[in-house]
Amino acid sequence: MANDPIHQFQIQKWIPIEIGGLDFSFTNSSAFMVATVAAASAFLYLSTSSRGLVPDRLQSLSEMTYEFVANMLRDAAGTQGMRFFPFVFSLFVFVLVANLLGLFPYFFTVTSHIIVTFALALLVVGTVVVYGFMKHGLGFLNLFVPKGVPAILVPLVVLIEVVSFLSRPISLSVRLFANMLAGHITLKVFAGFVVSLSTFGFVGIAGSVLPLAMTVAITALEILVAFLQAYVFAVLTCMYLNDAIHPGH
Amino acid sequence: MFVTPGYAQEHAPAEGEAHTEAEAGHEGAFPPFDATTFPSQLLWLAITFGLFYLFLKKVVLPRVGNILEVRAERIAQDLDQAARLKEEGDLAVAAYEQELAEAKAKSNAIGQQARDAAKAEAEAERKKVEADLGQKLADAEAHIASIKSRAMQEVGAIAEETSLAIVEQLTGGKADRAALADAVRSVRG
Repeated sequence: MANDPIHQFQIQKWIPIEIGGLDFSFTNSSAFMVATVAAASAFLYLSTSSRGLVPDRLQSLSEMTYEFVANMLRDAAGTQGMRFFPFVFSLFVFVLVANLLGLFPYFFTVTSHIIVTFALALLVVGTVVVYGFMKHGLGFLNLFVPKGVPAILVPLVVLIEVVSFLSRPISLSVRLFANMLAGHITLKVFAGFVVSLSTFGFVGIAGSVLPLAMTVAITALEILVAFLQAYVFAVLTCMYLNDAIHPGH
Repeated sequence: MFVTPGYAQEHAPAEGEAHTEAEAGHEGAFPPFDATTFPSQLLWLAITFGLFYLFLKKVVLPRVGNILEVRAERIAQDLDQAARLKEEGDLAVAAYEQELAEAKAKSNAIGQQARDAAKAEAEAERKKVEADLGQKLADAEAHIASIKSRAMQEVGAIAEETSLAIVEQLTGGKADRAALADAVRSVRG
């Protein structure tokens, strides 16, 4: 069980709750969602509590995250996009902290479950659609008709645009989910090699240095991936939101 | 399943017991695709992410935004103040330079005036001294002239005395002083 690379993704019910035949139990996944939110909130809240004019390191980190996301959103969607700043910031921090927490041994990775990433992606695309129609009415549909396309090609282009729009929640969620899943499996498999090789006596122990080095290297890579995927998720969110704000391209 | 075959074989005997337990645990389904866990995950995601969003939106982001705004304002203010102070400094320098120039001009003028006054005074002094000297010269000349004329007068008397003495010596008697005086006077013309 300990060496099964899939075991780490199992959901364990901690407090069983069942409403209307559906299972709403408080699970290890729920616990880590709570932990993610609590850790991120506590950090952001406490690091800025002194409201220093000259920030200390932690406050600096919070401010840098704020400005990083703010610049990302402003670059992608303009000043009008800043109304979505709390949303994008929450998404970025939530995904980032969930990814990073998942890297600790024995910790559960919230974002390694497709349903979580898919729900977040649907939230993004849902926001785009709802805001797009609210702001532009049917003009939002211009999104699917790029300007300057010859009339004869319009049906084809519209088809492609619609398909690409519909694939957004899928690509957005699968990208994050698959990265987290694959990274954690690889890590676990290499770490498993270390244990299993070292049961083969001296040669095995000497040989287990290789997978150990690999495990260390992959851990570093996974930290990078954790940041990168949170960033990619947030950047794509910004670009999709830009479509809702400026559907005419 | 998702375990590599070699890996599974290697470990099958050692942990057969544990493995069956794990198999029973996820009932053959790959955990991320196990739909029975979806409602719970969705509910708790909605609760946690919703609360997180509200907390950030209501508390954290306004606070951080406020911190950054206050700092930007403060920096702008300080820059303004620096610019103002610089301007004041420039004005002070300009005023100082103007004052310096004025003072220089004034000192030049005073110097010039003093020089002129000194010159005029020296000139006046010189003139006075010259006039004085001229006066003294004239006095001396007059004195000399008077002395000379007196001497000349006395020459007559001396001549009378001398001629009287000579005549008395020559004649051995008394000479007529008045006649001698006439004679001397006629000689002198």
